[in-house]
Amino acid sequence: MLYYLGLAAVLFSIGLFGVITRRNVIGILMSLELMFNAANINFVTFNKFILNDGLTGQLFAIFIVVVAAAEATVGLAIVLLLYRNWRGINTDNVSIMKW
Amino acid sequence: MVEAGVGIIFWILTFVIIVSALLVVTLKNIFHSALFLILCLFAVAGIFILLHAEFLAAAQVLIYVGAVSILIIFAIMLTSNMASKKIIQTNQNALVAFFACLMFLVVTLVLINKTGVWNYSTRNLPAENILTIGKLLMTDFMLPFEVVSVLMLAAMIGAIVLAREDKA
Amino acid sequence: MILASVELIGVFRWLYGLLVELGLEEPWLSVVIYGLLSVTIFGVLCLIALFLVWWERKIAGHMQQRFGPMRNGWHGWYQTVMDALKLLQKEDIRVDTRDRAVFFWAPVICFVAAFLAYIVIPFGDGLIVADLNIGILYVIAITTFTVISLLMAGWGSNNKYALLGGMRSAAQVVSYEVPMVASILTVIVFSGSLSMVDISNSQQGNFIFNWFIFRPPFGIIAFLTYITAATAEANRTPFDIPEAEQELVAGYNIEYSGMKFAMFFLAEFVNMFTVSAIATTLFLGGWHGPLLPSWLWFIIKTLAIVLLLMIFRWTFPRLRVDQLMEFAWKFLVPLTFANLILAGWMKYAGWYW
Repeated sequence: MLYYLGLAAVLFSIGLFGVITRRNVIGILMSLELMFNAANINFVTFNKFILNDGLTGQLFAIFIVVVAAAEATVGLAIVLLLYRNWRGINTDNVSIMKW
Repeated sequence: MVEAGVGIIFWILTFVIIVSALLVVTLKNIFHSALFLILCLFAVAGIFILLHAEFLAAAQVLIYVGAVSILIIFAIMLTSNMASKKIIQTNQNALVAFFACLMFLVVTLVLINKTGVWNYSTRNLPAENILTIGKLLMTDFMLPFEVVSVLMLAAMIGAIVLAREDKA
Repeated sequence: MILASVELIGVFRWLYGLLVELGLEEPWLSVVIYGLLSVTIFGVLCLIALFLVWWERKIAGHMQQRFGPMRNGWHGWYQTVMDALKLLQKEDIRVDTRDRAVFFWAPVICFVAAFLAYIVIPFGDGLIVADLNIGILYVIAITTFTVISLLMAGWGSNNKYALLGGMRSAAQVVSYEVPMVASILTVIVFSGSLSMVDISNSQQGNFIFNWFIFRPPFGIIAFLTYITAATAEANRTPFDIPEAEQELVAGYNIEYSGMKFAMFFLAEFVNMFTVSAIATTLFLGGWHGPLLPSWLWFIIKTLAIVLLLMIFRWTFPRLRVDQLMEFAWKFLVPLTFANLILAGWMKYAGWYW
């Protein structure tokens, strides 16, 4: 089980690195997906090895997947909007709060 | 029994996941990043199968590969001049971020290792994976299920409202 | 050739015994057996795809008052073999692509994804590689890789027609996946299982009237919507805007030649066979049927649906992009969801046998 947890930790760190370093909003979204997946691996691992009955961990992972899909939908719509307005989708372009 | 060997398939999948995840966050060509993201998520689905979560694995492939990555690729294509190699894709924090993430990783791994005794369960998972999930969704998890449905609907409407061209 | 595959199952049993006697241990035993099995299925499917290409050309010809291929053999039966050989030895033209790796991997992924679905399709009584308990869900999940490959082809070709074709195909397939899955769910409501074998088994008996297509009205509606959506999934006319010849020259595969083009082409026909085989399993009782042996029933039913798809192709005009999307979202999706809910309600109320 520790191997699975270690894998999840590594994946989460890589995702974190991506979120911090990417300038492109789409790149940040992709790194976020990596972090979600690390969390999912943890949930499913605990469900298999620790939980005494039921499938609560897997259900939680399913909810996370669904929420990730919703988040990607809205996020990418915002990306398109940004692109249309600024002709660029880098985070440092959009740091102004009003115009 | 629980700590017994994880097997060669686990190591192959781990290798694929870590290498492709690294490529996702470091590659300059963001389209290639998206493709490696697909590979990574596919390998994670394999990990789910190793953990006896077949339904989750199928849902993972269906939602991530079938929907989310296609959305991402679409967004990349629609904003195509942002993917060119001339634009720097990373900001200046790379070195700092590297050390921060490394520290985070080390702390997590140490914590995982330090935790002395895990309460390993003795029971096996229900054999009828999908049946149990369906029953739980319709009984104990009714409320979260409905909330997630409403969230999906809201996200759908929100995306349409955001992305449409303003005619008025 | 089907006869050969049935013989081969016996051959596999004999081979298994032989390998056990030779003292092969368990992991390698499975590897060898499954490797040989997949190679066999691969070969059979290639033959089927070649046959389908020939059949399509014959049907097209006869529907247009001509003969179709006639030169090579009786009614041109090995025409497609010659075509495949020609494509193999053609020069592999390398365009100056933006992205060589993506250009190379797109047909490979398309080809592999087309074949992976056959792991769970039961060709007959016991003729199945692995009876997964997520059966049909696995098929739906694995076929989404086709979209990725088309997008990769469109991106890698560095050609505006190819890019347009890839994006159209992605939009189309993602849209039509919703009604397709909803009509598949209707069948799952009927059978109460996701496993392909269980779905087939719940339709046996009572001559042919236990097939799910004969459960009026929801079975027949689900079947019709499934066939419509599957036609779109397989990118065939009247829904073939990804490669609409008159608009996009050839869509995503415009820059491909030689072997890579052959892979796309074969994968397309294998996909058509896949959706027909799934329709057979879900709605037409799978391998069950009176008198004839099981694998023959399966092949007959599947080829009948393939014939239906081919007749569609040569009789209907192509839809426009906006009409296509409107048809999916404003007609098919509400219809299939209403169908699904009503079918579930009927099942819950116990009105079905």
